[in-house]
Amino acid sequence: MLAAHLPPLAASLFSLLAITSLLLAFVMLGSRWLHEYMIAFAVQSWLIALLSAAVAYYGGYPELYGIAALTALFRGLVLPYLLSRIIRRLEIDRELHELLSPSASLVVGGLLVVFAFVVSTHLGAALGLAGTVAVLALTVMLSMKLIGFLMLIVRSEVVSQILAILVLENGIFLGSQILVPGMPMLLELVILFDLLVVVACFGVLVRYLLVHAGTSSTRQLTRLAG
Amino acid sequence: MSPAPILALILFAPLTAVAGCLVTRNARISEYLNLTAAVIVFAAVLRLLPIALAGPYTLWDDYFIVDALSAWVMLSVAAVYLLASLYAIGYMRQLDKPSRLHGFYALLAGFALTMLLGPVMNNIGVYWIAIELTTLVSTFLVGFERSREGVEAAWKYIVIVSAGISLALLGIVFFYWAGSLHLGPSYNLTWSALRSVAPQLNPTIALAAFLLVFIGFGTKVGLAPMHTWLPDAHSEGPAPVSAMLSGALLNTAMIGIARFINVTDATHLGVMPRTIVVVIGALSLAIAALFITRQTEVKRLMAYSSVEHMGVMTLGLGFGGPLGVAGALYHMLNHSLNKSLMFFGAGDAMHAFHTKRIGRMRYVLTAMPVAGVLWIVGALAITGAPPFGLFLSELTIMRAGLAGPNAWAVFVMLVLLVVIFVGFLNHFRAMYFGESPAAEAAAVPWRRPPGTAVWCLLPMWLALLPLLALGLWWPAAISHYFAVIASQLGGGLSP
Repeated sequence: MLAAHLPPLAASLFSLLAITSLLLAFVMLGSRWLHEYMIAFAVQSWLIALLSAAVAYYGGYPELYGIAALTALFRGLVLPYLLSRIIRRLEIDRELHELLSPSASLVVGGLLVVFAFVVSTHLGAALGLAGTVAVLALTVMLSMKLIGFLMLIVRSEVVSQILAILVLENGIFLGSQILVPGMPMLLELVILFDLLVVVACFGVLVRYLLVHAGTSSTRQLTRLAG
Repeated sequence: MSPAPILALILFAPLTAVAGCLVTRNARISEYLNLTAAVIVFAAVLRLLPIALAGPYTLWDDYFIVDALSAWVMLSVAAVYLLASLYAIGYMRQLDKPSRLHGFYALLAGFALTMLLGPVMNNIGVYWIAIELTTLVSTFLVGFERSREGVEAAWKYIVIVSAGISLALLGIVFFYWAGSLHLGPSYNLTWSALRSVAPQLNPTIALAAFLLVFIGFGTKVGLAPMHTWLPDAHSEGPAPVSAMLSGALLNTAMIGIARFINVTDATHLGVMPRTIVVVIGALSLAIAALFITRQTEVKRLMAYSSVEHMGVMTLGLGFGGPLGVAGALYHMLNHSLNKSLMFFGAGDAMHAFHTKRIGRMRYVLTAMPVAGVLWIVGALAITGAPPFGLFLSELTIMRAGLAGPNAWAVFVMLVLLVVIFVGFLNHFRAMYFGESPAAEAAAVPWRRPPGTAVWCLLPMWLALLPLLALGLWWPAAISHYFAVIASQLGGGLSP
């Protein structure tokens, strides 16, 4: 596989991009402002697009250039645009009552990364890939997954929840670029498109929530239980 | 004979209905367009069943697969779609939202389309997308009534299921990655490709990947502890939508779990994946038993009963072997018919009593004599009482379990089924025969709005009669069908 025998320059470039993406997930975790989440997400998407292009160049997968362009366009521009429209409609620009303060969530996020690293090292060792960039990709992938779930749990604003789900997806996308660059193009295209539909659906639901439930915080959605 | 033209018909009929509803924007025309599509789909699926038996066929660049298993799941989807389309005509006319009804039927037909797509997807990634699409379409059906509770349920549904199913995508990437070490960096991840490469997969990665897809698709199936979206979504959507969610949608995700169990059987993981499946199935039964006994709302009662029956099916698939597979699939069809009946009865009761609360429903037989009888007979059937189909399928699953390595789960299942039997029927005892002088004086026969009775009662009969027939008599053709599916699913562990 590609990640096992890369030139050192490529390996460090991949690592740099993956780790910076992970750091941006921490930026989201450490902030209260919805606008900052969105910018962090957009930058993260751009980095993933760069990663796709780098994999295309070093791995010899020319079709990934197309994926890179589409990632930059959809994840980097269209999704943030849709989200900023939702945020503007909400008239709310920060998390008010999070379950964990940003600093505490940073600590928990750090612990989750440690857990992800332990799992990835174990998986990498099982495949004889210890010490390669594959382990790093796995770590970042699982960490972003866990951080996304953490955001879903501790944040209650609807926009934060949408972004948390997008972080879950970004994690998978980032990891799959390094681990399985040969994945059929059609699949990646459909998943990109699917994401767009997901966010559109979320946008409509946010409007319903505002009109029919009168709130944009999921903490207020407590009618159904038992 | 190639199944391609029939499959094309099955997919085009609801698609045409969606387009027709959106173009005409007329409630009456949309009702009948959707019903016509449902009839065509059901007839075509019946025709597909014998053809699929000779399969598996792969169609259209290997993206579609028609085999006995997918045809069987499509049968349960098509049956529920037909019943729900009939019932929806009567039910939705009572809701007094005529200007938005064409949208409802467009969504309903679109929902049916996505559910018919899922089982025939051969590429695992595309299967994942089909399951994701079912969520996106049905969210708007759940929130259709635009009540505060409805929107809340829709939001919880889409967030929990999207987050859960993203785990399944991660698992699929893991499977692809593990397979790419043997099949080369670019290949088509079909069910058969994964199954054939399974013996070479690294067990550690295969286990991680299986856990992820099981949790992911298990969220969609509504297995505990990932079931939390299910009671909300099932209780807040209109009754025909609840029937479609419970009777059809859950099955389309269950087929994925069945196929992944088939894959892990061929890996060198031994009995562990099946034990995990059995534990989660038993846990679902336990959670359902607790919430059924203490339930206060009638549709949530039905929803937790779905968690229970998905647990039973999961147990059947986890036990495996020809008996386990046959029991689980027989249970799937029986549950689809029975749960449609139960949600239709609940919808009628909610209209008759203007409440969802079990505590305010009394003297049901006085209020709705015909539907009331059908509903309570359905309640007996859904708790697994003979002579209905579910009794037979649950018995088969228990027999399968006793023969396998996880026999302890059979005893857990038996105890929990008895608890659920008592707990579930106790609510019905209160609703039908509970003493309450004030309510007795107030009980009057409910008069349905004109022109809705036949639409509401016909699907209840159509659900109950086959259920009774399937309980009294297990046709030889069906046994043969299950034997074929079981042999295609490997029929158990590889040595």
